[in-house]
Amino acid sequence: MKKFVNDPADVVAEALAGLAAAHPELRVDAVEQYVARADAPRPGKVALVSGGGSGHEPLHGGFVGAGMLDAACPGEVFTSPVPDQIVAATKAVDGGAGVVHVVKNYTGDVMNFRMAAELAADDGITVETVLVDDDVAVEDSTWTAGRRGTGATLLVEKIAGALAEEGGKLAEVAAIGREVNAASASFAYALTASTTPAAGRPGFDLPDDEIEAGVGIHGEPGRRREKIRPAKELVRSALDAILEAKPTAAGEQVIVLVNGLGATPLIELYLVYGEVATVLAERGIEISRRLVGNYVTSLDMAGLSITLTRVTAEMLRLWDAPVNTPGLRWGV
Amino acid sequence: MDVALATAWLRAAAGAVIADTDELTKLDAAIGDGDHGVNMRRGFTAVAAVLDDTAFTGVGEVFVKVGGTLIAKVGGASGPLYGSAFRAFGKALPPGESAGLGDLVAALRAALEAVTRLGGATPGDKTLVDAFGPAVTAFEEAVIGGAGLPEAAAGAARAAGDGARATTALTARKGRASYLGERSAGHQDPGATSTWLIFQALADVTAP
Repeated sequence: MKKFVNDPADVVAEALAGLAAAHPELRVDAVEQYVARADAPRPGKVALVSGGGSGHEPLHGGFVGAGMLDAACPGEVFTSPVPDQIVAATKAVDGGAGVVHVVKNYTGDVMNFRMAAELAADDGITVETVLVDDDVAVEDSTWTAGRRGTGATLLVEKIAGALAEEGGKLAEVAAIGREVNAASASFAYALTASTTPAAGRPGFDLPDDEIEAGVGIHGEPGRRREKIRPAKELVRSALDAILEAKPTAAGEQVIVLVNGLGATPLIELYLVYGEVATVLAERGIEISRRLVGNYVTSLDMAGLSITLTRVTAEMLRLWDAPVNTPGLRWGV
Repeated sequence: MDVALATAWLRAAAGAVIADTDELTKLDAAIGDGDHGVNMRRGFTAVAAVLDDTAFTGVGEVFVKVGGTLIAKVGGASGPLYGSAFRAFGKALPPGESAGLGDLVAALRAALEAVTRLGGATPGDKTLVDAFGPAVTAFEEAVIGGAGLPEAAAGAARAAGDGARATTALTARKGRASYLGERSAGHQDPGATSTWLIFQALADVTAP
């Protein structure tokens, strides 16, 4: 393993210290392990709190700031944060109007956030939870934990965060978050496995000429192993899966996120975006906005995910609203 | 079971989990995301420290404190599941310095119920319930049959081990391994394995 680390056990704490040093506009609590807006709590504003395992940067700490999250709780690498941490962050940013927890659908995250929400309720804080489960690679059924939360998390946090910023009520902010999630679908490919600092070796074996279609952001297997194919074919397969899960008619508008998983260069992400634009144009689907870059990553995994979100005019307006965070910034 | 035996059990469980970190990690890497060993080691290292630093007066208190420590330190699904199990176990025990065999049966039932309520897993889902459930049943049946604690604990450990090994053939339907579907078959479940370690630790410290 070659990584820029000291003791692998200290990676999350030391990265948080670095985030604090780089972004004095954020308040980093090194003891309770959360990142918050320096101006929180803002009285009367609904607060957004998210979190999850570390290793997906800039998600979630990089999305803390005006127009997006009020706080983020990073867990250990690929491990959900613990309830104490989430409660501390929730209390720190509660402005009296309630708090929305944005939770990616993983068993551990769901349990820890649920315990935290119950503890916060004991302290008189009303919490609404928005569950993100946009990854269509693995099917939802009675027998699984459901779909995984991936790229759509960024869209949920941006759009719900904008509504909270302009004074939306708790129920409204939670509702639009759920609406964005319901309108989103994602599909990912891995070219290589990621290596957690603690494990020191790749999380799974993937031969040089094979890819994992439908991989999860912790390296969870997807639908199948297959031989690497030209990008245009991979994009068509991914979009077929996405549009089968969330049928989108000609004339409908979408936001497209082409997201790198950590070790795929932008030149490939842009190439892939070009293929996405071609396929959607053929189908008459209008791309209203797009984002290309590394936003919901999986450490050093080479690979990418594609997310499509069918948008309403209201979602687009909120997407365009100013945002000022380390990871996403416009209109300011 | 008195405070001394409770702490001895939990120290032995911590030792076993810490010693088997790499094995748990390997099992989890095959079907999950490979962090079960490291997370459990972090939690049980904190548990060992808490046992060293705290003077307990009640036996239930020991387990409540250990459960709280696991919830605060482990993260993932294992933290809430094991933490809730130990908390429910401790809360179900009568106040006071020691608990009888009947109390332990009731507390094990409460712990199992806490885990199934929180995780929603049923037997056969390839989770820690597949080791925990049989262990509780074996313990209860041994006690009903007139066995003492050493014999009941040994029976529970055997049942947990059988249950854990039997998960190899199962297809995961809960937890992160469930995303693998049929590809999860052929691997022993890491959560069921750590549950087995904890019951084996009880058998070891009570063995005559």
